[in-house]
Amino acid sequence: MIVVNTESVPGYRVTQLKGLVQGNTIRAKHIGRDIGASLKNLVGGELTGYTELLTESRRQAMERMIQQAQQLGANAIVNVRFTTSSVAAGAAELYSYGTAVVVEPVA
Amino acid sequence: MNSGDAFGLLFALFVIAAPFALGIIGKARENRHLEDIARRSATHRDFPVVDIPLLPAGMQARGSEIVLGQVVIASDYLKNFFAQYRAIFGGEVKSFSRMVERGKEEARLRMIEEARSKGAAAVINVRFETSQIGASQGQRGQAMSEVLCYGTAIYV
Repeated sequence: MIVVNTESVPGYRVTQLKGLVQGNTIRAKHIGRDIGASLKNLVGGELTGYTELLTESRRQAMERMIQQAQQLGANAIVNVRFTTSSVAAGAAELYSYGTAVVVEPVA
Repeated sequence: MNSGDAFGLLFALFVIAAPFALGIIGKARENRHLEDIARRSATHRDFPVVDIPLLPAGMQARGSEIVLGQVVIASDYLKNFFAQYRAIFGGEVKSFSRMVERGKEEARLRMIEEARSKGAAAVINVRFETSQIGASQGQRGQAMSEVLCYGTAIYV
């Protein structure tokens, strides 16, 4: 599966449009990380625990999107976008979406 | 002066000094991070990164893949404290600008590092996204932001 955020895949031609695919996940941070992060919050800087959590979650959202595309019989997803929003205190929603297409290499 | 008074005085000193101590530690860490960013940026100066969906002139793509760089960054206690007062008069909140700038640079560098470690020749169509995450009730004043930088890595 080719996943890109450009409107077409460089070096390939879009032959079929399969439609919008999306994947999301809502994650809550666990209490250990929360305590660690609030201590870290005192001196500022990167909150490694949160970075890891979001990286992991975003990968999961992408995997869900890729699964949907596979079910549609696509071999690529173009124009991928990400959004993040906070749904409640301590929980974040990671959402990714794109257009599933069938591509073939330009000869 | 009895021992109770001495303890009270020490406690008061601690309450006043602690935010400044945290601020000094935060400042030192920030400077170290900015130096690190400058050093890493210099090593990637010749690597083409653009936010248009076009390949650099003369480049033929054999493959492409999305690459991401992300970071969650927070400001220190002292800056949060002073930023509250800045909100009364308005104007640029310099300490927060610097925090967000650190986040943007770090996310961008992580994306470039991922692309280069996979052997990419360029990154095109780069996008930045910033969001505020998980502000619990207790941490109302804590500035914390998540920065995501993503683009399409090009392999030749």
